[in-house]
Amino acid sequence: MTELQMIITIAIIVLGTMTTRFISFIVFTNYKEPPAIISYLGKALPGAVMGMLVVYSYKDTPILTGTHGIPELIATVITVSLHLWRRNMLLSMVVGTVVYMILVQIVFK
Amino acid sequence: MDHNAKEAFVHAIENVAPALTGIAFIGLSYGLFAVSQGFAPIYPILMSLLIFAGSMEFIAVSLLLLPFDPIGTFLLTIMVNARHVFYGISMLEKYKNMGWKKTFLIFGMCDESFALNYTARLPNHIDRGWYYLWVNWSFEFFWMFSTAIGALAGNYFSNLPTKGIEFILASMFIVIFLDLVTIGKAIKSGIMGIIISSGCLAVFGAKGFIVPSMLGILLVFLATYRLDKRKGGESHD
Repeated sequence: MTELQMIITIAIIVLGTMTTRFISFIVFTNYKEPPAIISYLGKALPGAVMGMLVVYSYKDTPILTGTHGIPELIATVITVSLHLWRRNMLLSMVVGTVVYMILVQIVFK
Repeated sequence: MDHNAKEAFVHAIENVAPALTGIAFIGLSYGLFAVSQGFAPIYPILMSLLIFAGSMEFIAVSLLLLPFDPIGTFLLTIMVNARHVFYGISMLEKYKNMGWKKTFLIFGMCDESFALNYTARLPNHIDRGWYYLWVNWSFEFFWMFSTAIGALAGNYFSNLPTKGIEFILASMFIVIFLDLVTIGKAIKSGIMGIIISSGCLAVFGAKGFIVPSMLGILLVFLATYRLDKRKGGESHD
């Protein structure tokens, strides 16, 4: 990407984000309740979108080459177990990331 | 500052303080992460100021390293931030008649400020508008400030061993995902998202799987909505 394309990309992300923030206040001013389909999607979508983002964050993991995704697997198992055990977002993120950094910098380098 | 604003400020700070540590840590990592991917500090700092949506800012860094794709970027942003639409619906009443403050309140609506403002039980003598605004502004300020510290530190100490810090993105999504599927009971939805997007990743590859995944997810839920309606509106998670 050129610098101009980067600036356009950021502008689009700002525009998209602000659309999601402002749209309800523009569209639903006269409604007491949003349409049923919107409420339905509001309940159904977040889990699936977050699942998609989990997949997104692993999309470049090399399975057949390099370290075969082993550091990713180990760090993921640790993050998941720690989070199910302690339920502390910050702790799970820090420990998971630090473990991954140690793995790729020292163990699997 | 007038008296109402000052009183609301003190009240707001007491309530946001516990959440600020979390914000500050993630902001710090975000700044470090962006700089470690080769961006000048001004990029993450400006994104924190203008986008002010944590997960999307992390994704933005990864998008900026890919080929230019304005439409895909826009669609992904809408999907990732779709929850704001529902925050907005919930805040319609509360943010009514807020005058000039309303624009700022909507601009700075994030997970944390929504949670605090939506659940706020304020004593009568506290000015609601100012309270909401201080909550938003303190999150925005701390987010940008911690991003800046992370970015400048990462830039100054250019040989920090940051390799692997990109895992923060995965760990953030894993944690939010786990909370959604366990506490939020969105397990069916979550598994659906994983299956559809993994399938699309296998078929379309890492560069082009996001848009098909989003369409797939949307289609599946529109279909289940029709089915549920035909069955007489059974609840669905």
